Amino acid sequence: MTAQTGTTGSPAGPVTPPPVTAPGRPDTGSSRGAGDGGSPGRVGSARRREGRAAWILAIPFCLLFLAFTAWPVVQSLFMSITDTKARDLRHPFSVNIIGLDNFTKALSDPTFRKAAANTAYFVLVGMPLTLVVALAAAVALDKGITRFRAVFRLGFYMPVITSIVAVAVVWRFLLQDPGGLINTALGWFGITGPNWLGDPNWSMPALIMMAAWRNFGTAMIIFLAGLQAVPAELHEAAAIDGANAWKRFRYVTMPLLRPTLLFVMVTTAIGYLQFFEEPFVMTKGGPLNSTISLSMYTYQQFGFGNYGLASAMSYIIFVVIAIVTALQFRLLRERT
Amino acid sequence: MVGSSQGSRWWLYVLLTVALVAVIAPFVWMVLGSFKGEGELRQVPPTWLPESASLDNYTQLFSKLNFGQFFTNSIVVAVVVTAGNLIFCSMLGYALAMLDFKGKKAIFIAVMGTLMIPGVVTFVPLFVLVANAGLINTLPGLFLPFLVSPFGVFLMRQFILGLPRDLLDAGRVDGAGELRIFWKIILPLCGPALATLGILTFLGSWNNFLWPLVVAQSEDKYTLPVALALYSTGQNSTNYGLLLAGATVVIIPILVVFLIFQKRFIEGIATTGLK
Repeated sequence: MTAQTGTTGSPAGPVTPPPVTAPGRPDTGSSRGAGDGGSPGRVGSARRREGRAAWILAIPFCLLFLAFTAWPVVQSLFMSITDTKARDLRHPFSVNIIGLDNFTKALSDPTFRKAAANTAYFVLVGMPLTLVVALAAAVALDKGITRFRAVFRLGFYMPVITSIVAVAVVWRFLLQDPGGLINTALGWFGITGPNWLGDPNWSMPALIMMAAWRNFGTAMIIFLAGLQAVPAELHEAAAIDGANAWKRFRYVTMPLLRPTLLFVMVTTAIGYLQFFEEPFVMTKGGPLNSTISLSMYTYQQFGFGNYGLASAMSYIIFVVIAIVTALQFRLLRERT
Repeated sequence: MVGSSQGSRWWLYVLLTVALVAVIAPFVWMVLGSFKGEGELRQVPPTWLPESASLDNYTQLFSKLNFGQFFTNSIVVAVVVTAGNLIFCSMLGYALAMLDFKGKKAIFIAVMGTLMIPGVVTFVPLFVLVANAGLINTLPGLFLPFLVSPFGVFLMRQFILGLPRDLLDAGRVDGAGELRIFWKIILPLCGPALATLGILTFLGSWNNFLWPLVVAQSEDKYTLPVALALYSTGQNSTNYGLLLAGATVVIIPILVVFLIFQKRFIEGIATTGLK
């Protein structure tokens, strides 16, 4: 009940971490046992019992985690420097170590480069578009209107929970030319829509449009929570000082929204850098490889049985994600 | 135009309503389209309301294409994955938040270190592992790798850190065993966190695509998104009515669940973003 009610409850709640969590983090345990005085034997056995209970609680998670997360992460790195193919499946260590060959092969592959450029296009256009729409919607819902707020919030959030595959199937029909709903709607305004998914110049914008439509709801909800945490007194004070609405937004709201913005940017970028279902269902990467993504090309290499090469490609995606995340942290942290 | 403060905003309501219609329209068109025949779906310009509504697409989906089986597979996998996450992540989350034990720091660092690792990194070796265990094309192969998640531990730990430590000491004074304290005292207080984790996990599993795509290799193991994606890119790619009905079957159940729990859903999202 306590932590979750932040969005609708006290306006200052959500952005600052709940105060109760703060002290727990550094001192768990260290003050116990050592300081307690008392008889050392009893304290010792109590601690042993606590330790045993903790391990019983931890073991199921740890076993599953080691098998299905930690081990694959390590093995992926090993595989990426080997020539593992599908036929080596039964003997993963009887393969040849070929150093960085897979990485050089991937980076010099024109299709991989095309996929990298497409992914960059998708992120660099798609992410700002998604965030601007989300922020505009959040501001409108927060300050602009007083009624039906919940209805709009619910409606805008709806696409987020839907399966990308199902949504991509529907959008393939919406984007049809002629006869698709989107080009029909454009026709009402006298605009002749392009053959979205059939034209290499329009295929990526079409996928980006769909991604923004599906994803802006998440960012909007998080922005809303952030906006509601901006104290109203600051706005009132700024208004008395003669700041207009835009200036209040720019100089009061935005600086306080920076941690929220950072979080939304990082998570959106991580998701968009791995986009896969959209081209898989809507375009199969075409036309002319105009929508093939890094994840999709990695999946194709996996499908061809080139496991070593696919591992190397997946590590390249991982490194790019890590760099992009670190960059965003630097950019947004510096100016606070 | 009610009062000046309300009236000055009327254009914003208009704008938001237009946006709302644009956001919802694809769903409405999908549901309406799933009752239309092939001929009507190919009409230019497209129609909104079906001229002659029929359930043909749905009967075909379930009688000829086995969507009942895919639906069951999706449900089974999602339920098992959700149960696993709720149990295992809350257990470790509690140990990390309130108990003191050897190796705690190592576990915490290892789990948090993988929080950001994208799925694409592990999926090739994971496939090799599952293949060598003989679990390709089985339901356990579909759910085992997802029974625990670093995110779940993070969420549960953060929440339990916010509970008063006195609960633990009070339980001990009363002579309750360590595991009993977790089960009887701590877990019942974790409702909101468990709800958030449960909802997000179920949703993630229901919509998961890449892993079931490589593991489910025969029709009887397909989950809904896999079946839909393969039909839409394969032999049924031109059967519009069938595909729209399939998309409706994937989306509508989750949408109904969402509408029932929407408040908790949205609060959960806001919380994960800010903690």
